Amino acid sequence: MTWAVIVGILSSGIRLATPYLYAAVGETIGQVSGVLNLGVDGVMLMGAYVAFFVALRTGSLSLGLIAGAGIGAMFGLIMAFISVTLKAEQGISGIGLYLFGLGLSTFLFGVTIKNVQTIDGFPDLAIPALSRIPVIGEIFFQHNILVYVAFALVPIAWFVLNKTPFGLKVRAVGQNPEAADSLGVNVSRVRYLTVTLGGMLSGIAGASLSIALLNTFQQNLTNGMGFIAVALVYFGGWRVSGVLLGSLLFSTVNAVQLWLQVKGVTIPSDFLLMMPYIVTILVLAAMANRRVNAPAALNKRFERGES
Amino acid sequence: MSTSIIEQVQVKELVARGIVKQFPGVLASDHVNFDVHSGEIHTLLGENGAGKSTLMKILYGMYRPDAGEVLINGTPVRFHSPLDAIRQGIGMVHQHFMLVPTFTVAENVALGLPSSRRVVLDLDIVSRRIEELAKTYGLHVDPQAKVWQLSVGEQQRVEILKVLYRGASLLILDEPTAVLTPQEVEEFSETLRRMINEGHAIVFISHKLHEVLALSDRITVLRNGRVVDTVLAADATKEGLARLMVGREVILQVEHPEVTYGDVRLAVHGLSANGDSGLPALRGVDLEVRASEILGLAGVSGNGQKELAEVIAGMRSSTSGQVFFDGTDVTGSLPGKLLDHGLSYIPEERMVDGTVRDFSVEENLILKDHHRQPYAHGVFMDFTKIASESDRLIEAFDIRTPSRHTPLKSLSGGNIQKLILARELSRNPSVLVAAQPTRGLDVSATEYVHRRLIEQRSAGTATLLISEDLDEILNLADRIAVIYEGRIMGIVERGNVDVEQIGLMMAGVSEQTTK
Ligand SMILES: Nc1ncnc2c1ncn2[C@@H]1O[C@H](COP(=O)(O)OP(=O)(O)OP(=O)(O)O)[C@@H](O)[C@H]1O
Ligand SMILES: [Mg+2]
Repeated sequence: MTWAVIVGILSSGIRLATPYLYAAVGETIGQVSGVLNLGVDGVMLMGAYVAFFVALRTGSLSLGLIAGAGIGAMFGLIMAFISVTLKAEQGISGIGLYLFGLGLSTFLFGVTIKNVQTIDGFPDLAIPALSRIPVIGEIFFQHNILVYVAFALVPIAWFVLNKTPFGLKVRAVGQNPEAADSLGVNVSRVRYLTVTLGGMLSGIAGASLSIALLNTFQQNLTNGMGFIAVALVYFGGWRVSGVLLGSLLFSTVNAVQLWLQVKGVTIPSDFLLMMPYIVTILVLAAMANRRVNAPAALNKRFERGES
Repeated sequence: MSTSIIEQVQVKELVARGIVKQFPGVLASDHVNFDVHSGEIHTLLGENGAGKSTLMKILYGMYRPDAGEVLINGTPVRFHSPLDAIRQGIGMVHQHFMLVPTFTVAENVALGLPSSRRVVLDLDIVSRRIEELAKTYGLHVDPQAKVWQLSVGEQQRVEILKVLYRGASLLILDEPTAVLTPQEVEEFSETLRRMINEGHAIVFISHKLHEVLALSDRITVLRNGRVVDTVLAADATKEGLARLMVGREVILQVEHPEVTYGDVRLAVHGLSANGDSGLPALRGVDLEVRASEILGLAGVSGNGQKELAEVIAGMRSSTSGQVFFDGTDVTGSLPGKLLDHGLSYIPEERMVDGTVRDFSVEENLILKDHHRQPYAHGVFMDFTKIASESDRLIEAFDIRTPSRHTPLKSLSGGNIQKLILARELSRNPSVLVAAQPTRGLDVSATEYVHRRLIEQRSAGTATLLISEDLDEILNLADRIAVIYEGRIMGIVERGNVDVEQIGLMMAGVSEQTTK
């Protein structure tokens, strides 16, 4: 392995982490407030499709991005309605949302775009000065805007969750909704906000695939990335820093795997494709007892006890 | 209070008129009239399930009444959520703690409040204010501590700080003293008096009559959702109040008949164990309980009582020493195995360890024996038998519930406790570990439990009675062991009790020299 290869792998590791970061940070916010949304993958697909379609038709990437975020937020709102207002079982609702997103994006793709097309996605933006630093510059500072924003999102989300009154409410609602309610916190409103926000970020995650990284859309473009994002939340122990670490680990293993494939190593490609997933499962199993941070009210509906 | 951070009125007087609240199968409030004004402690008294908590939750905006009105300073108010009540200067400390265990004290207090730095939390300022309040009212607690690490008494203080911090002028305190030690109750009363002097209005709920008489200005007695009477505390007596509550004479002290003790049924030798924090909580405890004997374990809470009970019940592992049931070493056995040995266990944390909240009353009653006769034949459950047994227990233990199918979580606190007692005592145990068995129970239920414990004693059960209520232990126990910092300070025979000496042992000052 040469320097260039290592730099290349690390750089694409950073790039590939982007969709996971958006989706997993969004899912973290939702789960910290006590709502498990398993529909992330379906929301990502809708975000990817809508962003790509709008960008393709209008020629504007920004409009595409906004549309992708918007549809994601809408799907988040649907999830919030089902799980918070109708108080349906969260796990099942999420799977329903996933299937809905998968089916609808496939259908719409079939009637509007029909065959696989590509567009010019968000271009790489070399950050002045920084990108010139040898090695570091190439790894970190020559990416498209959505990559930078994804990484900026991590400290922002950390700050909001841990340092603001709103974040305190979010965490309280996920740990002990009765206590939060007794202090006048509107549990439903908080959960609506977090789940909608999570949906929006999933939509952006999808858009980052279709108009920034892969620059195309096809049926089931995400290929289960949304489920990995949910796993990353557990992996990260409901901390955004942990989610960042997990996303990077996962995407870097993925980058290695891609490189091995390109090199034509004699291991069957199916095995290579499995690599990131196997790593995830191993790490999750190793950390199974680290659930201390888990929101105690995760996956539980809240009622005020008044019938 | 000047440090108030929410704009709110000072409650001079709150009047509730004709409050009605219907739950499925229960009329919890039946045209209740109630009022409280600034500078007084008005106590609500009533049996378990009489409707005290329900009425308070209505005043606090958690439940909406079906009929009736609430007036503050003469103006009618209508609350849609606790937030509305908080804005009107009402604060409530709930019967079951409403704290986020993973948060610090300051975070629990700041929750739901705007920050002085707008979008950025101001926990440092909150902490400083907490310290000021703590000083003013004698409610000492470290604002930086995580709540799960605090003792029950400290958690109670956090609850009150939460309310005071919000600048409440009317405080509703739903059984705040049920979990406090006698010393803590003393400090707590002091705090209440300071609040009254500052012009606060307080609604207080408690089942401990001596406390009620000592603290209150007025007392309102509820029975079956209806107000029986409102009396001045100065004119009331324990017996009179008990009669008002229950509707008959209550015997406040049970008989303690002579028995002949049998062989040692429960023995603990050199037992050591760690607490939740990983530090030693039990340091070489030796105890023996014979058949037909009640061994009372007295001590200030947090001195290893909980850990001792849990090790005996197989729910916590010991670091050294042994536990014997009828001479058999059962150290480290799983709870299921211990049940087979005839152990019954009344846990201290009834909402956590003793019951399944979402199960029905019936399911909770058969929880421990659902797989055995008479509730099951082979792999099949005998639902007719389950139904008839449940109804019998509900009747015998006077569990106030609309039916055996009602989910446990909608029972009143005291009735949940009665359910656990019904399940544990009806198993006719050979060894019974009872931790705070009458905490939160009303006078007549307490009387009943005491009678049952004595009956069980006559039937040959060896009972380890853990209680912070010294009167209860003095009433029931054949011998009294005092625990302090995980060590037994001494064991006293019923005949020669010196309360003073027990108090000193509880405080860890003196150790008994002769055993
Ligand atoms: N959320 C609810 N749903 C249905 N029934 C309820 C609910 N809350 C209370 N009840 C019923 O209303 C009655 C009054 O209950 P409440 O909790 O007010 O009693 P309490 O006087 O506070 O008793 P305790 O001393 O045991 O706390 C009880 O019969 C109880 O089962
Ligand atoms: Mg109550």
